[in-house]
Amino acid sequence: MARSVTTRRKAFNTAVAWAIGLLIFFPILWTILTSFKTEAQAIADPPVFLFFDWTLENYGVVMERSNYAKFLWNSIAIAGGSTLLGVLIAVPAAWSMAFVPSKRTKDILMWMLSTKMLPAVGVLYPIYLVFIKLGLLDTKFGLIVVLMLINLPIIVWMLYTYFREIPGEILEAARMDGAGLKEEIIHVLTPMALPGIASTVLLNLILAWNEAFWTLNLTAAQAAPLTAFIASYSSPEGLFFAKLSAASTMAIAPILILGWFSQKQLVRGLTFGAVK
Amino acid sequence: MATQHSRSAARLMMAPAVTLLLGWMLVPLAMTLYFSFKKYLPLRGGDLGWVGFENYVRFVTSSAFWPSIQTTLVIVGGVLVITTVLGVALALLLDQPMWGQGPVRILVIAPFFVMPTVSALVWKNMFMDPNYGLLADLWRAFGAEPVQWLSQASVPSIIMIVAWQWLPFATLILLTAIQSLDSEQLEAAEMDGAPSPKRFWYIILPHLGRAISVVILIQTIFLLGIFAEIFVTTGGAFGTKTLTYLIYQRVLESQNVGLGSAGGVYAIILANILAIFLMRIVGKNLDN
Repeated sequence: MARSVTTRRKAFNTAVAWAIGLLIFFPILWTILTSFKTEAQAIADPPVFLFFDWTLENYGVVMERSNYAKFLWNSIAIAGGSTLLGVLIAVPAAWSMAFVPSKRTKDILMWMLSTKMLPAVGVLYPIYLVFIKLGLLDTKFGLIVVLMLINLPIIVWMLYTYFREIPGEILEAARMDGAGLKEEIIHVLTPMALPGIASTVLLNLILAWNEAFWTLNLTAAQAAPLTAFIASYSSPEGLFFAKLSAASTMAIAPILILGWFSQKQLVRGLTFGAVK
Repeated sequence: MATQHSRSAARLMMAPAVTLLLGWMLVPLAMTLYFSFKKYLPLRGGDLGWVGFENYVRFVTSSAFWPSIQTTLVIVGGVLVITTVLGVALALLLDQPMWGQGPVRILVIAPFFVMPTVSALVWKNMFMDPNYGLLADLWRAFGAEPVQWLSQASVPSIIMIVAWQWLPFATLILLTAIQSLDSEQLEAAEMDGAPSPKRFWYIILPHLGRAISVVILIQTIFLLGIFAEIFVTTGGAFGTKTLTYLIYQRVLESQNVGLGSAGGVYAIILANILAIFLMRIVGKNLDN
């Protein structure tokens, strides 16, 4: 029996939920709107909301000032590379934890998660030195490795919880039919786990895209991603709200669009596979 | 049935992940410990020899140490309380029947996609700027004196910015958990005449226990390391220096690696105390 709800009650819920949703979204909306204003309109009091002379000028200025395409490419390469590498390493590990569990599986998972509690700043200098020694400073590859390592525990954990939902009998049946371990993973497990893997990939793309400690401290001119692009706007310089908004919009748009298009997988991923 | 063969194969498949994480944990940890016992100033003479526990003593006795621990705990605790309480309220609201549930959910998750440097800059300038910020406009519209957010109310301002970023995460996890609640149980309670506060307290809240512990665990992991939000807004001024930020200043700004490393060891100890504490609570909840 479904709970019966009056239309009036539903209208009330709708109004309250939309009001709160818009309030939470407002800073982003305001940033996007401001990016199309002139600098004078951007600081107008009372603020102008929609009725101003829309302009693309700020985007032009930002493009001229810094090489957006390069930052964008670095972000894509670093976030994509670290996620891909992480998933490749995590799938076998999560597979064995989910299907051949031992007494220590839970401990290993918890230990992996605990490595994430290691404060990055505490080990910044050692990593910095190792990077100089290995010639990894300011390279995309170096950051791919570091971001892969900091997200690996979460990737393993998420995949583990997804894999556990797959009934073991199906895998056994495949084994009976003579499938080897490799075929079992590639042809049986992976297709079934694809939604879970997709959620994991999405969430990690976002985490890696937005990571702002290692990306700021281990890069300079060559490998700097969008987090560094936007950090170059941190010192105020006269009227700059509109330009800051344009740069901010450019930095968050790719991930915002990706997130919105893949909302279903993402919602699943955002729960880290821990809550059903 | 797991055979001996598949067991060793399983161990082999776990090896890369475990080895990498072990290396990622042990190598920097060993180096940090090593530096923490040295006087090491990269720009002023480099390695100046062993100094025993001097760095540890100096770090703790520095006047910035205890305030930084306090700031860290206040920020982490403040964000946890706000996101959990508002998250439960929002999740309950979003679970109600309404029109356009999907689009509202998109609006609510959006802040999670915004990178910390962007959200910190946007909040700092376009909202919290005492002259041109939107909040200043709002205050003036009511005839009030605009607040100097990031200097007069620096810690609450940072808590607000970070809470805005993490509220979507808490809401989503809690919403997913509420949706998995058996609605028959609620209906039965409703028919028996249990008022809604009672239904919330005795049925919904206990059901959310596991989800709340996941929210707290994951958020604490990320919140202990917040950096960009402070780096961009106050640069550690006005009492917003967390332990993370204090160490960052010692290592990179004053280029005192020995002292910073000792601080790093303290940060690792603090994180581990919290970790043991959390794992115990969460581990218990996750087994159920």
